[in-house]
Amino acid sequence: MLKRFSIAAIAATAAVILVTAGCGTKSAQEIPIGEYASLTGDTAEFGVSTHNGILLAVEEVNKSGGILGKKIRLYTEDDRSDPTEAVTAVSKLINQNGVVAVLGEVASSRSMAAAPVCQANRVPMISPSSTNVEVTRKGDYIFRICFIDPFQGYVMAKFARDTLKIGKVAILKDVKQDYSVGLAQSFSQHFQKMGGTIVKEASFSTGDTDFRPQLTAIKAASPEAIYVPAYYQAVALIARQARDLGITVPLLGGDGWDAPGLVRIAGKAVEGCYFSNHYSVDSENPTSKRFVEAYTKRFKEKPNALAALGYDAARILFDAIKRAGTTESAALRNAIAATKNFAGVTGTITIDKDRNAVKPAVVLKIVNGKFVYQQTINPE
Amino acid sequence: MQELTQQLFNGLIWGGVYALIALGYTMVYGVLRLINFAHGDVYMVGAYLAFFTIAALGSSASSIAGVATVFLTAMAGCAVLGLTIERVAYRPVRNAPRLTALITAIGVSLFLENGGQLLFGPNPRAFPQILTARHVLSLAGVSVSSLQIAIIATVVILLLLLELLVHKTKVGMAMRAVSYNRSVASLMGINTDHIIAFTFALGSALAAVAGILVGLYTGTIEPLMGLLPGLKAFIAAVLGGIGSIPGAMLGGFVLGMAEVLVVAVGYSTYRDAIAFALLVLILLLRPTGLLGTGTVEKV
Amino acid sequence: MSLCVLKNMPQLATETANLKPSRSSGGTRTFLKTVLLIVAIALALACLDPLLSNRELFSPYAFRILMLIGINITLAVSLNLVNGLAGQFSIGHAGFMAVGAYTSAALTYYVMGYPHGGILSTLWILAAMIVGGVAGGIAGFLVGIPSLRLRGDYLAIVTLGFGEIIRIIILNVDAVGGPRGFSGIPYLTSFFWVWSTALGTIALSRNLVTSTHGRALMAIREDEVAAQAFGINTVRYKVAAFVLSSSLAAVAGVLYAHYDTYLNPSSFGFIRSFEVIIMVILGGMGSTSGAVAGAVIVTLLPELLRAAAAVRMLLYSALLIALMLLRPQGIMGHRELSWKQIQSLFLRQRRRAKA
Repeated sequence: MLKRFSIAAIAATAAVILVTAGCGTKSAQEIPIGEYASLTGDTAEFGVSTHNGILLAVEEVNKSGGILGKKIRLYTEDDRSDPTEAVTAVSKLINQNGVVAVLGEVASSRSMAAAPVCQANRVPMISPSSTNVEVTRKGDYIFRICFIDPFQGYVMAKFARDTLKIGKVAILKDVKQDYSVGLAQSFSQHFQKMGGTIVKEASFSTGDTDFRPQLTAIKAASPEAIYVPAYYQAVALIARQARDLGITVPLLGGDGWDAPGLVRIAGKAVEGCYFSNHYSVDSENPTSKRFVEAYTKRFKEKPNALAALGYDAARILFDAIKRAGTTESAALRNAIAATKNFAGVTGTITIDKDRNAVKPAVVLKIVNGKFVYQQTINPE
Repeated sequence: MQELTQQLFNGLIWGGVYALIALGYTMVYGVLRLINFAHGDVYMVGAYLAFFTIAALGSSASSIAGVATVFLTAMAGCAVLGLTIERVAYRPVRNAPRLTALITAIGVSLFLENGGQLLFGPNPRAFPQILTARHVLSLAGVSVSSLQIAIIATVVILLLLLELLVHKTKVGMAMRAVSYNRSVASLMGINTDHIIAFTFALGSALAAVAGILVGLYTGTIEPLMGLLPGLKAFIAAVLGGIGSIPGAMLGGFVLGMAEVLVVAVGYSTYRDAIAFALLVLILLLRPTGLLGTGTVEKV
Repeated sequence: MSLCVLKNMPQLATETANLKPSRSSGGTRTFLKTVLLIVAIALALACLDPLLSNRELFSPYAFRILMLIGINITLAVSLNLVNGLAGQFSIGHAGFMAVGAYTSAALTYYVMGYPHGGILSTLWILAAMIVGGVAGGIAGFLVGIPSLRLRGDYLAIVTLGFGEIIRIIILNVDAVGGPRGFSGIPYLTSFFWVWSTALGTIALSRNLVTSTHGRALMAIREDEVAAQAFGINTVRYKVAAFVLSSSLAAVAGVLYAHYDTYLNPSSFGFIRSFEVIIMVILGGMGSTSGAVAGAVIVTLLPELLRAAAAVRMLLYSALLIALMLLRPQGIMGHRELSWKQIQSLFLRQRRRAKA
């Protein structure tokens, strides 16, 4: 009896949900914006950081009166770090919450899964940090405000050859992250084109915590530097273990290094290492400083690159809404596509014809635990 | 050759860690025939408990008393966690179909992982190096750090203590009795509930030690750190013959070595696959694991 | 326990003999009735399809949930054939789903040339389902032959291992995307295909349960040694169940691939396998309707809990534990929801209304 009742109850609730799913509670005084992020699951850290950045931007803009006289209403859906869930989350945002634009995602895999849905529904999607080239090729409603993988690989290759005058580099990449694989590929290509040699290429998997086998093999190949285009958690451990094994050459990396946790975990092991980035958290740029202050006050910790990118993505969206004067989908899309020299925390951003961000990269060196600016490298 | 010995030595460390975690799996399986999928997450909680204890102790954490306190607190905390999980989630379904308890275990695992992410934040934390600063020694051309020696020593001592406990004490005998036949053991006057609880507590404490050692060795902890090691330790336990304590130890070391060797040879992309392939191969040749007792099925 | 089964074995044997389908005069009548029923259901699905796919009439979000439920039903019921019916503990199901998904996607992506409409797309999805299903069956055969010699938890580990091996192999094949994933797969799935597969799988499972083969599998589940003693070729039956189960899972994978049009190896890890196991056990092992109920609940619950935002997964896991503690045998236990029960439910209500 109880069983039948509970089954009926679940069925009834489900039916109610499904029926009312079509009607979104839309307030005329609000602009609904959607965000899908990995708030749980194995990339929860990235999703939460990005979410915090976006949240800060939304709160700031609402405090100053909103856009076009209306407040921004942020709908956030968790995708559990899973591509299938990402599609479901975006479907809900578009169909149930009636959002005018979608922000997300960090991982290129989930961006690629969800992009077709946004494109088919003509809802502009802005990815804050998906770097695989395929993402924006999904359609003309799909944008990104970050580097694409090939660019960062080029940046570090150029820096290593021209500035550090290095000829032999070993690569240690994360074979489970397309970000890492993409950067490694691009670096290798450009570095060899510029006359350098890749003496050893090794790989690991996300979640590994012991890299001694790979590092031992790399040490035997005597490189002048090691390119580790991975996320900071792995990089910190790699640096420490490398030093333990007696490897003294500098490590090179990409924007995945940018986090307060890198120096906290790696300590002296990353001294004298270099990485390419969008910006520096210690930057003197007033926009950056204001952002870092506000973020630290709100979330009690310093922002990392993903938070900064989330913040910029949201603000570019708001700027586009303002410029378009409307939230109508085609007009909004055009406005986003026309973004020029937007003063973001992560650099001056222009959206190019492929809907990717054109922005210079900076190379930073770790000196006394701080990220110190070395030079700017422009797109070729 | 030197590189190979170096790699093998590194494998020894991870083998020891997997062995410690595998022991918890195998002991619980022995007395309950339950695969406690939440075990890997208990290991994670142990690491975090140690982390917070160190933070509370401040600078005195590096002293001998401090280190002991950290270990004991984490072990005690995890023992309590293990007891709680057993009491709340497993005891009610003890007489239900085995697979029910499996789902409950998965549920507990998910609960701990998501709870950890919410409570501790998903960001990894730097684990303070409370054991004395590492000197790199050189033994027969293999570079060894004092931390690695400490880890191996800890693992070996714990394994020996466990063997002593299981074979030379009354409690150990009771544990073995319960693992052979629970109903008969209770007929013999053994309080099976107590023994099962004790087994859980013991296994969880060992997992806590493993968590601290990994935190020290890798320098970082995060809420999902128990997912993969837990799975690998489970594989190690089955590899060695689930229910057999020496089997868990052997399985742990074999798996640790195999992994390191595969990566060293250069096939790190296939590392997990080869570990599994090895597992499959061994099980096909010895269907009850390396040291498992083949249970003769009586008709 | 084995003694009890031995005692019942003769009874079981005679029952089995009596279950032989009779090719008497009533046979053609029931055959026609079945065919009519199938045609009616197919027509119903075909009519529902455009209605439910219509964005104006029916929320696309709800539609997506319906599609996911349908795919999960196929997965859960197919796994139930092995786990519930045959009692073999397999936790590598996601691997077979991946095999079906990737082989069919490679076929349609590289061979088909997209887009197509109308009758051609129907032919292509059929081709994809057949190719995927066969690939899944082959994978199931290759995994099953060595694995099914093992018992209990050892079998579990080996199937888990094979599932991961399959996933890692796919991760290293660049032609299907590797870690970056496989995108641009043609959109060929429809409500009709997902639900006809789901209903077909349910029908297949129900028929299997009441057939001699089903009885043999149940005998193997209850006591393998005794079953062998009674002349049941346990190896053949176990492998057959495994192959059937894996090909159905592969077909589910095909439908999924051509629905989301994007595949990533990370979607097919042991976590996905665990999800399917949860569906089967939550619903009640060995029960087809249980597997269906489990699939519905596991798909629906996270969606219903979306309002809980940050604590959603925490709540989900707590509910999972609570459900298993409250009803350890699963929602349906070992019992099945039969037509008679559904009919009596309506009749009883009608009777109550009259009174």
